[in-house]
Amino acid sequence: MKRAPYYLYMMKRYPLTAAGAAIVLLVVLAAVCAPVLAPYDPLALHLPDRLQPPGPAYPLGTDEMGRDILSRVLYGARLSLLAGLGIVGLAAVGGMVIGSVSGFIGGRVELVTMRLMDIMLAFPSLVLALALSAALGPNFRNSIIAVAVVKIPVYVRLVRGLTLSIKERQFVKAARTFGASRAWIISRHILPNCLAPVIVQATLGIGEAILIAAALSFIGLGAQPPAPEWGAMVSMGRTYLLDQWWYATFPGVAIFITVIGFNLFGDGVRDILDPRLRG
Amino acid sequence: MPGGSRHAPPLPTSAVTGWSMKNLRLVLSRFGQLLLVLLGVTFVTFLVSHVIPGDPARMLVGQRASEETLAAMRHALGLDQPVWLQYLHYLWGLLHGDMGVSIRTQRPVLSELLTYFPATLELTLWAMGFAVAAGIPLGVLSAARRDTPVDHASRITAILGVSTPLFWLGLMALLLFYKHLGWLPSGGRIDVLINPPTHFTGLYVLDSILSGDLIALKSSVLHLILPALCLGYIQLATIARMVRASMLEVLEMDYIKTARANGIPRRGIIYRHALRNALIPAVTIIGLSFGELLGGAILTETIFAWPGMGKYVVDSISFLDFPAIMGFTIVVAVFYVLINMAVDLLYTVLDPQIREVH
Repeated sequence: MKRAPYYLYMMKRYPLTAAGAAIVLLVVLAAVCAPVLAPYDPLALHLPDRLQPPGPAYPLGTDEMGRDILSRVLYGARLSLLAGLGIVGLAAVGGMVIGSVSGFIGGRVELVTMRLMDIMLAFPSLVLALALSAALGPNFRNSIIAVAVVKIPVYVRLVRGLTLSIKERQFVKAARTFGASRAWIISRHILPNCLAPVIVQATLGIGEAILIAAALSFIGLGAQPPAPEWGAMVSMGRTYLLDQWWYATFPGVAIFITVIGFNLFGDGVRDILDPRLRG
Repeated sequence: MPGGSRHAPPLPTSAVTGWSMKNLRLVLSRFGQLLLVLLGVTFVTFLVSHVIPGDPARMLVGQRASEETLAAMRHALGLDQPVWLQYLHYLWGLLHGDMGVSIRTQRPVLSELLTYFPATLELTLWAMGFAVAAGIPLGVLSAARRDTPVDHASRITAILGVSTPLFWLGLMALLLFYKHLGWLPSGGRIDVLINPPTHFTGLYVLDSILSGDLIALKSSVLHLILPALCLGYIQLATIARMVRASMLEVLEMDYIKTARANGIPRRGIIYRHALRNALIPAVTIIGLSFGELLGGAILTETIFAWPGMGKYVVDSISFLDFPAIMGFTIVVAVFYVLINMAVDLLYTVLDPQIREVH
């Protein structure tokens, strides 16, 4: 409670970041409290009530199987958060390991790794994610792995750059003098010092990760029906767009709001933690 | 600067030759790098298509195929050979335009992709044209009026741009402009009752102009508006922010202050002096945006039934048509690499400092 005035000051100074944080908090709440907030089971079929417009019984309408769209949107928050956090988490961990090892060892290992990363960046993100996802097999878990792999080069470049600078600092040289092993230096000295910039990058990347994962589900390579995934719901709702507008509209609104929240929050975190990066 | 060279004395021949040699060397070195990157691209696509899937032959013949069929397919694909040899065969095939046969249509993948390529190119070019035509003025305006409502509006546009799911934006645009307002068609490249223009380039708008077919021109432009605006909108935001940041940097430079001190009008300073330099970094972003547009085309073409490579690949996904998916990946990556190489060279031509470094 002692820090409350500080948080109030930060919220006043960065109103857009505060708005982003509030949206993120709401989405997290929706995901966590979905069983309490959702009026129906997201997979329960109510066939007599199929394709009902928004109304008192179904606030956001129903789909072609009579499933409640509000309940599905609320449960969908879980999948989207899982996708966003899973993708940046995997990519950040992978990037930290590859970037720190290649930067620390240097020489051919570094050269080959960095060229491979450059080549991966020669593919548009969605296109490489699509190919990887198709190769791994279309399901939600594989789509997360595919997007994470595509995003690894961003973190590898960042961590490798940081490693090159950190390994020249006195405390690392001192650790070497004491005979510390490479693994020890990387895990105890290099990685902890890379953490803050990686967290900033990861926070900035969650919104885009959610968008790509939703896009993969939309084209049939991510979560498969009847999972209440927002991208997959928009895809199913597309068939009914002209007569049952609510079906595709509300899951899309949910993606839009969630991604705006994460982008505003990520921009703010970057501005607060590293003002030099401000665009 | 064309205006500046009009009254300039002719350059000595040796200087011209030296400059051309430098440029030639630069182009050759870039070409070498390009070949290496393209080799790398094929290596990644080989890994994705041959190494990551548990069994590519199984993917081709299906889960219910007998062991004999599977073994025959493995042999036909060369999967019983060492991996490095498989890569060489793969590379050899690609060099000869062999991307395999589509499982869905039973036709060679490359010839199918070439059929769909002009539609994707046309959509991407128009989307890029819109993103550049709207993004640059928006960026300039928000830099010139920093911290005013115009600047805030530009920032909000940028955040909305990077946060909007492209596939959903397309659907909402259809709902508004096709269903409710009835202003624009729902999809396709041209009205089904109108014959496509005579084929010159495969780009309908250009072909309609070349063949003087005004009816086809009107229809193809109307069909392009919604998909191109939706696809371009996302990149507009990125370009506007880049131009803004780079304009702000240039406006702080000494030569701009000197121009101000000399009493040159503000408009003249912004458009004649600042913008030229501010646009140089924007060129790189425009090159990179092409990749995003090619990726985005997958979604836009699906929404608007646009018969391009993006729709082709999405149609292939439901059949798990792996040769088609990988063919698409290679074509897009190669196109993207070529665009970025062109942008890189353009960047060198535009920026004398970089030219001197080389």
